[in-house]
Amino acid sequence: MNSHALIPFLPLAAFMINIVFGRKYLKEKAHWISILAVAGSWVLAVTALIEVLSGRKFNYDLYTWILSGGFKVSVGFLIDELTVVMLIVVTTCSTLIHIYSVGYMHGDSGYYRFFSYLSLFTFSMLMLVMANNFLQLYFGWEGVGLCSYFLIGYYFNKKSASDAGKKAFIVNRFGDFGFGLGIFVIFLTFGTVYYEPVFSQAGNFADATVQFLGYDVHLMTLIALLLFCGSIGKSAQMPLHVWLPDAMEGPTPVSALIHAATMVTAGVFLVARCSPIFSLSETALMVVALTGAVTSLFAATIGLVQNDLKRIIAYSTVSQLGYMFLACGVGAYSAGVFHLYTHAFFKALLFLCAGSVMHAMGGELNIQKMGNLKKYMPVTYFTMLIASFSIAGFPGLAGFFSKDEILWLAYSGPSPVGKLVWLMGTAVAFLTAFYSFRLIFLTFHGKFRGTHEQEHHLHESPKSMTIPLMLLCVGAVASGWVSIPHILGGHANFAEFMKPVLGHAEGHGTHAEEWMVMAISVSVGFAGIGLAWFMYMTRPELPARISQQFSAVHRVLFNKYYIDELYSFILIRPTIWVAKNILIGITDARIIEAVVNGVPNSIAAFSAGLRRVQTGLMQHYATIMAAGILIIAAVMLLR
Amino acid sequence: MLQQLFFAYYAVMIVLLSLLVVTRRNPVHSVMWMLLLFFHIAGLYLFLNAEFIAAIQVIVYAGAILVLFLFVVLLLNLKEEIAGRRFAGSWPAGLFVSGLLFIAVTLALGSYVQGPVGKYSIDVIRSETHTKALGTLLYTEYLFPFEIASLILLVAVVGAIVLAKRKLRS
Amino acid sequence: MVPLNWYLLLSAAVFMIGMFGFLTRKNIIIMFMSAELMLNAVNISFIAFSHFLQDLRGHIFVFFIITVAAAEAAIGLAIILALFRNKQTAHVDEMNEMKG
Repeated sequence: MNSHALIPFLPLAAFMINIVFGRKYLKEKAHWISILAVAGSWVLAVTALIEVLSGRKFNYDLYTWILSGGFKVSVGFLIDELTVVMLIVVTTCSTLIHIYSVGYMHGDSGYYRFFSYLSLFTFSMLMLVMANNFLQLYFGWEGVGLCSYFLIGYYFNKKSASDAGKKAFIVNRFGDFGFGLGIFVIFLTFGTVYYEPVFSQAGNFADATVQFLGYDVHLMTLIALLLFCGSIGKSAQMPLHVWLPDAMEGPTPVSALIHAATMVTAGVFLVARCSPIFSLSETALMVVALTGAVTSLFAATIGLVQNDLKRIIAYSTVSQLGYMFLACGVGAYSAGVFHLYTHAFFKALLFLCAGSVMHAMGGELNIQKMGNLKKYMPVTYFTMLIASFSIAGFPGLAGFFSKDEILWLAYSGPSPVGKLVWLMGTAVAFLTAFYSFRLIFLTFHGKFRGTHEQEHHLHESPKSMTIPLMLLCVGAVASGWVSIPHILGGHANFAEFMKPVLGHAEGHGTHAEEWMVMAISVSVGFAGIGLAWFMYMTRPELPARISQQFSAVHRVLFNKYYIDELYSFILIRPTIWVAKNILIGITDARIIEAVVNGVPNSIAAFSAGLRRVQTGLMQHYATIMAAGILIIAAVMLLR
Repeated sequence: MLQQLFFAYYAVMIVLLSLLVVTRRNPVHSVMWMLLLFFHIAGLYLFLNAEFIAAIQVIVYAGAILVLFLFVVLLLNLKEEIAGRRFAGSWPAGLFVSGLLFIAVTLALGSYVQGPVGKYSIDVIRSETHTKALGTLLYTEYLFPFEIASLILLVAVVGAIVLAKRKLRS
Repeated sequence: MVPLNWYLLLSAAVFMIGMFGFLTRKNIIIMFMSAELMLNAVNISFIAFSHFLQDLRGHIFVFFIITVAAAEAAIGLAIILALFRNKQTAHVDEMNEMKG
């Protein structure tokens, strides 16, 4: 047995122990087991990284899961470049967030439950990224979805939290439906669900088409788009993004781990993992790129006007995920994964800082009621400032490198929509810088606008929370340094490292162009920061005036383009109407109950008749037997 | 011609006696008719060159089994049964089924195909005597089933005693 | 010469009479005798086949059938005795414990 298997199974063991013994025996010590397990996974993930760096790859089956005729699925692991990057991201964030949760969740009644779910989540996520076949991927995919549901609805006696959990789960159903169909089509086409044969044979089907409703559909486009459906749901892209902001009802460490750093990036991982399929379909790539760009822009504009601390960061997450898809869509998978990796650090950091702020403010989330917190919580302020600079693309920080790589490859790549998405991406960079610093200025600068009692209560968070903040801060600063682009004197090591799995996206442009793209993205970032400074520091009365001036625009943005209301109108209310009037009124009462009651009734009637055959009289049985012989004889004779 | 006459007599008698056996009200009468029937069947066996079987038909069936029947009939006090109706309510069904089966078998007879004949022709049996020929076969080729048959008889003896004996202290 | 089919027809007739008796008589002893009748009918066809195929194996079968019939009669009649002792009747239609 290889040590790789322990990477997911350590957290699984922690989950088992916590869920069984947590309530009665472990109670306030439940975190030890989970932290030890996930830290063990982290160590093993690092060893796996070292192994892969030294040129070794693994692809083996651990256990035959389903064997049915020609259909075989195993629990197996594929350890390659992409997997180890995901492993490092998942286990690092998971470990730090586990430690952070010790302080954050202290004294909560469901302490053991929280850590059990975190461990289960880590297990599922690791199964997802380590899978060597689509079915195990799907297992992990659904597993993280389930844990997400558990954890969003962690405060289940709060209605909004349990509703948000349900919403996340149901919205994800839409996407996963497509994902499941995609796996079916893959099986039908290739006869297997293992990555390796699928990806190696994908080229043979490059021009294959299938008949669907009388149209010739390009097979690879069909598969890619169906898989992308799953990505859209899991990674909260348009039009299925609605669940992610609501998911902020969960505890903040959950938002940081699941809804920023790991689970929501699974969609990007899926696209990157299936890059051999996506690369065969220009249409699918275009859809991916445009979905990413549009979502990115759309979520960023919503983020401009929100007042809920965590929701702003949630929209920022949606926007940055859009960025990753944009990258994948222009064929720059490694840039997308690189952004995934840097984003995990600074976004988790942003969320954890938000959690720290909430902790100090007694659960207050409205940034309009905060201000001047830097005086009280210097560590949180400093780390959050770094994270914001990172996401705004400040030169030298992690976000700068990944964002720049994406924008450059979009601009210079072969994609027909490259220039367009580059433009959108640059706009998003401006908006991102603006709303990130709006958040910083409103929260940490200016005058305190909360109640007197809150002000009295302000304090820095405990060590168990600030230390993970500082560690993540190091990641937010330094994680980009592994891949410094050529024009800055680096070697773009990340893209080089990913080349065997994700291929190499080559930008076609001069150095001058590359400098120009970089200069534009940096300058729009600074412009965003400057505008935020101008609006919220020097002229604090300006935002209110602007929002009055453009009240219609403001209202649309503030209400998130009325997407939720739209869904409510076109999907939810008709569904409820159908459920109430047709399903309950007709189907349930007239059909299902008729069947449910009718079947046993008719069986009862039939058996009451049959019971009379069962007279107990030997001669009747003998007669029936003889009649049977007669029938057999007759059949034999007449044949 | 003489053979056919003989066969006709036996056939008619056997069918007649069979009918008498199954239709008599009093089981004692049935047993008596059955005795006569068994003798006729034994005659038919003789007619088919099966002297040994004819002998055990008389000895075992007529001598042992029928006596056993008679015993039981006399042991049981069957006055009420004799007085009541002798056929069950479902007798038309029985008649129907057995009648149709008879027709089916009759129809099936037409498709009989004779297989290859064996070595025990009438002359061989006559020269070797029937008993000896049968014995040779029984104690060589059929030794194992023969032993099983003896075991069955043993079980039957034990079983009959266990089932029929009264519990001494109850 | 009497053809084989005559014997078989006779055998079938006796068998069906026995079956008719078994299916219709109320008296359990007569039912038993009907069963014996059926066995004898089979014996007749065995012997006839044996004669016409010039093979003694039919006789062997008859021999075993008679053995089994004897065993069956012993056991069966013992069962009838035990039954009669419990139920005070030999009518099968009064024995209907076999139903669920």
